[in-house]
Amino acid sequence: MQLYLPIADIPINVLLILAMGAAVGFVSGMFGIGGGFLMTPLLIFVGIAPAVSVASVASHIAASSFSGALSYWRRRAIDPALASVLLTGGVVGTALGVWAFTQLRNLGQLDLTISLSYVILLTAVGSLMFWEGLRALLRIRRGDPVNLRRSGSHSWVHGLPLKMRFKRSKIYLSVIPVIAVGLLIGFIGAVMGIGGSFILIPILIYWLRIPTSTVIGTSMVLTLVTMMIATLLHAVTNHLVDAVLALILMVGGVTGAQFGARAGQKIRGEHLRLLLGLLILAVGVRFAVELVVRPADLFTIRETGGVAP
Amino acid sequence: MIRALPIIAALGIGMLAPARAEQLIVSVSNHRVTVTPNYAGEELVLFGAVEKDDKTPPGRNNYNLVVTVNGPRTDLMTRRKERRFGIWINTDSRQFLQVPSYLAVFSNRPMDAIAPADVQRRQQLGINNVLLTQRVGTDYADVVATDPFRSAFVRLRKEHGLYREETSAVTFLTPTLFRTSIPLPAEVPIGTYDVEIKLFADGALISKAETAFDIVKVGFEQFVANAARNHGFIYGLLTAAMALMSGWAASIVFRRD
Repeated sequence: MQLYLPIADIPINVLLILAMGAAVGFVSGMFGIGGGFLMTPLLIFVGIAPAVSVASVASHIAASSFSGALSYWRRRAIDPALASVLLTGGVVGTALGVWAFTQLRNLGQLDLTISLSYVILLTAVGSLMFWEGLRALLRIRRGDPVNLRRSGSHSWVHGLPLKMRFKRSKIYLSVIPVIAVGLLIGFIGAVMGIGGSFILIPILIYWLRIPTSTVIGTSMVLTLVTMMIATLLHAVTNHLVDAVLALILMVGGVTGAQFGARAGQKIRGEHLRLLLGLLILAVGVRFAVELVVRPADLFTIRETGGVAP
Repeated sequence: MIRALPIIAALGIGMLAPARAEQLIVSVSNHRVTVTPNYAGEELVLFGAVEKDDKTPPGRNNYNLVVTVNGPRTDLMTRRKERRFGIWINTDSRQFLQVPSYLAVFSNRPMDAIAPADVQRRQQLGINNVLLTQRVGTDYADVVATDPFRSAFVRLRKEHGLYREETSAVTFLTPTLFRTSIPLPAEVPIGTYDVEIKLFADGALISKAETAFDIVKVGFEQFVANAARNHGFIYGLLTAAMALMSGWAASIVFRRD
């Protein structure tokens, strides 16, 4: 079933995009992540321009994180204070990200930046997660007690000034690292077309020592707001958000996520992390290969505006 | 009709004949092509006739036609990748200024058999002779057809079906009645397309005609594309609202707690 995408300016097969949305939704529901790091590359792979993919996926992630955030809100698993501090950084970071996106696009280096960021970020995070999952598995197999990683938990982060009490998370923490994390996630999210929760969650848990109970819900709020702003800014500055594409992705994504969440509950946490690590690593390697292997065509053409009236 | 007169006479008088002895009458099958949600390419047909008058050298029937279709003009950037630090990145680039986004050249026989090289250049016959202005540093110029950027540009456009040249696409149904089809792939840019028809005989241009057609997006596509371009803020707000709505709907539909 062919459908003409108004902004991407190409006809696509609706069922294919719907299936992709559902598959990514399944993965995202299973691991409790947005899945943007899978969706954007897949769209690029089927021939949609990287810039349009990044801009359109933002709204798709907003949709899936909103449905997630709602259910976490009902379970009181969101820390509003923590979310607002994260957002102060996140909003600024997103605006900076969209600005950088526009600059890079004009320089002709956007596609390269997107690929390079994917390679660096995904291989790094993927390897860490894979390693971490592997170690946890080995620990269990040897019958060691589960290490809660609470020993020596006072790193230099906890000596920073401007401390604030986050009641629901039961933590007393400086706002500086929280704002910095929000800024970082907002920035890379807008440039790469990802929600960034697969980076945010480990940072919050391992670096800022925020309890797992509020981390996922709170990170979903950050993802939701930054992706909403990214959608808006991409629409205003670059006119690249394809609402039709986004809608198809949303429908596929939210449906797939429900089945993924059920499947995820049947798998052990360590296996889940191992699998997610492998998946992230695979996407990173895929991008790396593309950069290193000689491209089939050395030349590319892009419209630079100036259409005659 | 004076078509029956001996050809030998025609050759002699043809050289001296005034330029506008023939009139071209042309029409395309559709002056308004609409891009609908399931648009997957279309084909237009161009029909035409050569009308002779009393100034036409008698017996002249060896007509040749070149049809050039120019899509809406736009600026296009061509970039070349090179290997730097082990990875392939865009290094060199050239900007093509106000070049046709769609370019099709159809004729009834190879260009070299229609006109000598200097006429081909002057009349811009064939993709190699159509002016494609580049910004080279601070200069604006077209370059030779073998220039790597120009040939890569043309090759890439051809791969997408947006540039094409076919030297046997024009068929003469009778010595004066002709037709050709204009294929429009799914990716054709919207806008006004100018069609230029040039009639040649004995290597010289003897008449030309012009027509045009429009490719327009209609209905929903048009609406969405316009909204995104002209009302970016509202469009963005609506898309964001749509995201919230579908997220909310999903949490209601699949609610389990």
